[in-house]
Amino acid sequence: MDIKKDVAVSDSGFVFYPTTGESFSVNPLGMEIIRLMKDDKSFDKITEYVVDHYNVESSTIEKDLLDFIEMLNHFSLMEDDGEG
Amino acid sequence: MEKQQYERPLIKRLESKIPNKFGAKPNLIPITHIDEVAVKDLISEHGSPLFVISEKKIRSNIRKARKAFETRYPKVQFAWSYKTNYLDAVCRTFHQEGSWAEVVSDFEYDKALHNGVNGSKIIYNGPDKTPESIKKAIQNNSLIHIDHLDEYYTIQETADALGIKAKVAVRINMDTGVYPMWDRFGFNYENGQAWTVLNKIMRSDVMTLVGLHTHIGTFMLSAIAYGVAASKLADLAIGIRTKYDHQIEYIDMGGGFASVNRLKGSYLPGVDTNPTIDDFAEAITTALINADFKPDELPLLILETGRALIDDAASLLGTVISNKRLSDGRRSTILDIGVNLLFTSFWYEHPITPAQPFTQYTEDTVVYGPLCMNIDVLREHITLPLLNKDDHVVIQYVGAYNMTQWMQFITLRPRIVMIDEKRNVNIIREREHLDRILEFEKVPDHLKKFDL
Ligand SMILES: Cc1ncc(COP(=O)(O)O)c(C=O)c1O
Repeated sequence: MDIKKDVAVSDSGFVFYPTTGESFSVNPLGMEIIRLMKDDKSFDKITEYVVDHYNVESSTIEKDLLDFIEMLNHFSLMEDDGEG
Repeated sequence: MEKQQYERPLIKRLESKIPNKFGAKPNLIPITHIDEVAVKDLISEHGSPLFVISEKKIRSNIRKARKAFETRYPKVQFAWSYKTNYLDAVCRTFHQEGSWAEVVSDFEYDKALHNGVNGSKIIYNGPDKTPESIKKAIQNNSLIHIDHLDEYYTIQETADALGIKAKVAVRINMDTGVYPMWDRFGFNYENGQAWTVLNKIMRSDVMTLVGLHTHIGTFMLSAIAYGVAASKLADLAIGIRTKYDHQIEYIDMGGGFASVNRLKGSYLPGVDTNPTIDDFAEAITTALINADFKPDELPLLILETGRALIDDAASLLGTVISNKRLSDGRRSTILDIGVNLLFTSFWYEHPITPAQPFTQYTEDTVVYGPLCMNIDVLREHITLPLLNKDDHVVIQYVGAYNMTQWMQFITLRPRIVMIDEKRNVNIIREREHLDRILEFEKVPDHLKKFDL
């Protein structure tokens, strides 16, 4: 999962992208997922992690994770190939 | 290990532009109950979508409105505007609170009779009164408000044939400083039309002029306009008194007071900006009291208030079908409620609030209905907490015009319940079934069979 290397996440839920100077806010699960992505975890691994830790069906998190990645792409925070 | 509560991952760009087009912050607390009945239970028992009406709220609204007028003016009468919401249970609540009936078609007229309203307490408005219903209204001693001259002649002929005097009033339109002017109904004050018809009535021996009526517009945000209108009607009444030595019984100011809803495009919620019922009452009663009526000749003041008495007494409950991302990155949520059920979403920004707890994280969202139509948009921009599929929402302030203007389109219309003052949930309109729709249809013989 190739999130751009210089994307920075703070403990309080802020994401900063120095290249454009833009900042973003994330909710707790969004922050966890960005951290997992920065640790090079695959889509499936992240899904598994969320299902293990949260009260959620895998179909729901799969759909929501795809949506989340779409938003990261939309904000140009993913490496260009975009593939996980 | 106890698993954590799931909330879908969210990322939002931080923007410094304020205020944004999504308007005010969303409600910070969920609406889990209506009149102490759980939304979850309402939906599991009665299905989704579901209209929920609060009898308690209707009663408190009409009592408050009566108080606003009755503490300022000696003779006041409310008449429930049927078209606003003509469910029998709703009408009867208003009738129990002393309201007469105000109707604008023969269907509505018959509904008022069916509800047990005495004909003499039915105000018959509107441009489309059939000859049969005019006959019925004359026989029942109803108050017929003349909209155009063709109607005047029909009443004249019918009353003549029946040998009964018709009780009539005239609908007057006028310039109150609010535009566009509603000049398509009734007779104009400024150009003399009003006097033309008043003179005709006063010379007719089969009509008694009992009142003057106006309805200056709808969702009026100016109380002053009502003061202007009341002065103009008072002026006509005093003119008739002088010219014909005839005293009219009432002045009917129509409806049109803004409800708590927010019109599209305004930043602040209606609750904070719209005039209150006291503001309207003050403007109208001051104008009448300051007019040149002799103190013992003040006319009865009739109000046909609709939306302001019922909008905030009803909510529409619904369920999230899906969340989607639009091509430009915007979040969209599809509800099981379409514009066919929520007609007023074309001009109001109805508050939409989740019915279950949520966190402080929100997303700017477009809310769509389930119809396969591009126009099926309930809110173009709203800041909403993160909803999941199958979550419930409460859409507020839907009491006026939706349960009458709704359409059977693509989906069948849902059930309507009313919570009474003892918190009993009463079904007041059943959900529609295919059978009921098919009852109206006929298939010609040659179309009965086909092979595919
Ligand atoms: C003659 C008349 N009276 C009363 C009403 C009720 O108006 P509102 O619901 O705006 O109070 C209407 C609505 O258009 C009307 O035409």
